Amino acid sequence: MFVQLLGALPGALAQGLVWGLMAIGVYLTFRILDFADLTVDGSICTGAAVCTVLVLRGMNPWLAMLCALICGFIAGALTGVLHIYLGIPAILAGILTQMVLWSVNLKIMGKANLTLPARTTPVLLSQLNIPSAILILFGIAAALIVLLYAFFGTELGCSIRATGSNAVMSRAQGINTGFTKILGLAISNALVALSGALLCQYQGFADINMGRGAVVIGLAAVVIGEALVSRLPQNFALSLFGVLLGAVVYYIVYQTIIFVGFDTDFLKMFSAVVVGLFLGVPYLKKQISVTFRSKKGGKTNA
Amino acid sequence: MLELCNVTKVFNRGTIDEKIALDHLSLTLSDGDFVTVIGGNGAGKSTMQNAICGTWLPDAGKIVLDGIDVTALPEYKRAKYLGRVYQDPQMGTAPGMRIEENLALAARRGQRRGLRFGIHQKEREAYKTALSELGLGLESRLSAKVGTLSGGQRQALTLLMATMKKPKLLLLDEHTAALDPKTAAKVMELTEQIVTENKLTTLMITHNMRDAIRYGNRLIMLHEGRVILDISGEEKSKLTVSDLIEMFGRASGSEFVSDRAILS
Repeated sequence: MFVQLLGALPGALAQGLVWGLMAIGVYLTFRILDFADLTVDGSICTGAAVCTVLVLRGMNPWLAMLCALICGFIAGALTGVLHIYLGIPAILAGILTQMVLWSVNLKIMGKANLTLPARTTPVLLSQLNIPSAILILFGIAAALIVLLYAFFGTELGCSIRATGSNAVMSRAQGINTGFTKILGLAISNALVALSGALLCQYQGFADINMGRGAVVIGLAAVVIGEALVSRLPQNFALSLFGVLLGAVVYYIVYQTIIFVGFDTDFLKMFSAVVVGLFLGVPYLKKQISVTFRSKKGGKTNA
Repeated sequence: MLELCNVTKVFNRGTIDEKIALDHLSLTLSDGDFVTVIGGNGAGKSTMQNAICGTWLPDAGKIVLDGIDVTALPEYKRAKYLGRVYQDPQMGTAPGMRIEENLALAARRGQRRGLRFGIHQKEREAYKTALSELGLGLESRLSAKVGTLSGGQRQALTLLMATMKKPKLLLLDEHTAALDPKTAAKVMELTEQIVTENKLTTLMITHNMRDAIRYGNRLIMLHEGRVILDISGEEKSKLTVSDLIEMFGRASGSEFVSDRAILS
């Protein structure tokens, strides 16, 4: 059985890398923009749907992925517009876009499930050739991390980071925080859709339900990744790499618990528990120390 | 430099919580004026600054800054002309970003932000010099996250950020109120130094009557959203705290209600 588990690890690594790209998108909204974006559950499927349909019609997979990326960009921007211009709370704006995307995705695919057979279509990667898939995914991930690192170091990138860190201050420094939020959401969902486009090629199909719970998997990867690199010097590129690694770790653990015979019905709950614990424990730690300080008559509460 | 003309703002209009925050407020500041603003709780001091900054749009009236009508300009656009320091030290800086990154953001206030580098090596040297003038030892911590700084350090940094790109108007909203007395004095000293050196037109809200008298060339008192007292020049320099309290009583027909102001 142990040998079997080892045999499944490369697959877990490849899947982790695919989902890691999505997790980087989640990281951008959740950590950089301080925005809990639920668009993700829909936009990952949009990416897959667009890519699958276009490749099936004979488009070059790179071009199809670019189209998927653009569709994700638009989906993210829609959530941003709902939030900024119509004043809809962040979470609800994401859910609304998700609902819209559900219908859009169905219309794109024409049915709930569409196969993208690796043997007859020119897909870029497939689970039939895992080593090559890992290589390609690693290359794409590395290129994107470099690109994102460079972008978030530019004036525009800095203004997005500032918006997430302190929106009041950002406006006082002349940053149009509505625009930066929309742009941040769009970039994040572009990445998510790209991850969807890679996922459908890797697994050989797109499914209307493939995005369900994606945001939780993304958050799990983010929190695991942060824990992994927390002791290293703080650097944006390293944080992004940590998130990618977080997704890989998540999928390795996932494979392992499937192998030890864990009831797979509980897998979603497992993801939720991981996120709950990683987000909850630091909060509780802080709460406890604050209560402790106020009992001693600390200055913070005076 | 600044002209407020009949600016009116009513919060919760038409409800039992209706509050007239600014009541046809008119005020004109000349170039280089350093005006201190005092007034009781709810007199409209912060509301006036928010109106100037464009946090929301006024219900009526006109706001002109150096000949430019900014009344309907969104907050981020008029930020180009304004420098601002808040009462809460957390408000003026991005805690998750480095000191140098915060300064670089401020250095680009009012400029289009594109795909150029967010910060240049040359700038770092300039920031070091500027920070060393604050005398807080921040010049050696350029890459530290602002979240790790003390309240006083953050206020000094915010002050530097508000003024490094010379604003047409500097707005200070009780910016020393949240600091301990020693730090407050240090930040106030820095404020005066920066304002004088750059000849900045300044509007400073304070709850400290002594500071209001000591700093600036003009003092105004707000009450119920209007200017009820406007003293400048010779007359201002002779003022005492008890004069002010008495004048307030005469002008408003009520007691000066701000325990903080009297105690300090």
